[in-house]
Amino acid sequence: MAVLKFSNKPKNELEKSKSAVPMPQAQKEPVVNCPNCHKDIPRSRLSNNLLVCTCGYHFRMSARRRINAIVDKGTFVEHDATLISSDVLEFPGYKQKLFVTREHSNEVEGVVTGTAKIGGEECCIFVMEPSFMMGSMGTAVGEKITRIFEYATEKKMSVVGFTVSGGARMQEGLLSLMQMAKTSGAVKRHSLEGLFYLTILTDPTTGGVTASFAMEGDIILAEPGATVGFAGARVIEQTTREKLPWGFQKSEFLLEHGFVDAIVPRGKQKEKISYLLRIHKGGVDCGC
Amino acid sequence: MAAKTAFDRVQLARANRRPTGRDYIKNIFTDFFQLHGDRRFADDPAVVGGVALLNDRPVTVIAIEKGHSSQERIACNFGSANPEGYRKALRLMKQAEKFHRPVICFVDTSGAYCGIGAEERGQGQAIAENLMEMMALKTPVISILIGEGGSGGALALAVADQVWMLENSIYSVISPEGCASILWKDAGQAAEAAASLRLTAQDAFDNGIIERIFPEKYLGQYRFYKEIKTALTWKLSSLSSLSVEELTERRYQRFRKIGTSNLIGG
Repeated sequence: MAVLKFSNKPKNELEKSKSAVPMPQAQKEPVVNCPNCHKDIPRSRLSNNLLVCTCGYHFRMSARRRINAIVDKGTFVEHDATLISSDVLEFPGYKQKLFVTREHSNEVEGVVTGTAKIGGEECCIFVMEPSFMMGSMGTAVGEKITRIFEYATEKKMSVVGFTVSGGARMQEGLLSLMQMAKTSGAVKRHSLEGLFYLTILTDPTTGGVTASFAMEGDIILAEPGATVGFAGARVIEQTTREKLPWGFQKSEFLLEHGFVDAIVPRGKQKEKISYLLRIHKGGVDCGC
Repeated sequence: MAAKTAFDRVQLARANRRPTGRDYIKNIFTDFFQLHGDRRFADDPAVVGGVALLNDRPVTVIAIEKGHSSQERIACNFGSANPEGYRKALRLMKQAEKFHRPVICFVDTSGAYCGIGAEERGQGQAIAENLMEMMALKTPVISILIGEGGSGGALALAVADQVWMLENSIYSVISPEGCASILWKDAGQAAEAAASLRLTAQDAFDNGIIERIFPEKYLGQYRFYKEIKTALTWKLSSLSSLSVEELTERRYQRFRKIGTSNLIGG
């Protein structure tokens, strides 16, 4: 297990840190300042190391990049790539927000789903997208996750899910909240067939996603230093007027309290995931 | 009289004088026997549960209790449950399943409790487990939102075959204040946020999220409880005639279709 010392400073997106660094000479390699160890690290080195700093700090990673890093080359087949939410409640600013987000994030929704092989093992996979409204779950995200579980149930396949989410998407109101029940139902049906579901919690996994499919895995892994919780830390501080303990809601904290099975750094994930898929192959014949 | 705004209803849903969970138990059921504890850690006073008779039929009743007096309200943590509350509820639901009793939930919470201990003991995991297990529960479940239906903390007792709301109850993904402070950095604009969130019973009905709305004209009076009691009796008898497979399939499809008309492509 990687022991990670994390700072309390807010995590910067890689892109943000990049733009904050002045580049005095054109030929000088761009660097990224690590929010944990505060050292400048060359971008190319960070890229070659799965966006993990030498100090162990895990930068946030886009869904596509993660899929490229985890699945066997050329095996990913995307499902429901064009399925998107609309602004059915006419929520203030939502249409504009969706438009701008779709322009900037290179994704049309907050999760990418499909089938792939990981270390030779076939599985269904979903990966949430931090740059798309912080992976918030609206009706399209809920539907895509439900569909991939239904597909996995029908084809008797395992599901591997990477979560990153601010929770249910406020702009779709109660319809978003209901996605928690809907996805949980699909997970349950998959589970009742004796099939395997592995979740990997990444930074941050909070709110309605923590309170639904993120915490419903047969095995739950987490990335080092990821924030995982139900309520936001600031809300808790305001509600209770108590000082939060050191490392509160970090994956190490969840491990200590018994809510994750193991913390696996990015570099080891492929190997561990393929091992877990291999030993759960074909699901369990419960004989009923 | 002008029609009530969404925020009027938010305030009515939160009003102190409103009947709370225990009032419904007392006025609709007989011989309530309260059962305590989650068998894991503690007993959460924010969730009241037990066995009772509906007419002569044994049922399991679970209610989130807000309390009336300030003493009561403090004692039950203002109706904000800790993970133990949700785990107790699930224990009682599993018990109901074993003994083929229907489950009736009364929901009234501003949300699951936001505290250090709640996080340490897995608030998210507790809610997630309820959602998953309730979806497959092999006995009828009816949930009634009697006041505030605050996000995941309310949903954790509302994955049911039928979900009903009172006229002035609300059901929302986030509190109007929370929404306003995110949107406009100003919790004072909660009234605008309440309208945008579509959190009234009528909104929930129009979006296919609930099946029935009870008027509040006689709120807290004999005929008010009688109407709910009659509805429960009728609905439970029709749900009980379904096979377990049919019951759980219908429950799954009930939630499966929500939001699908909102989608484009795929």
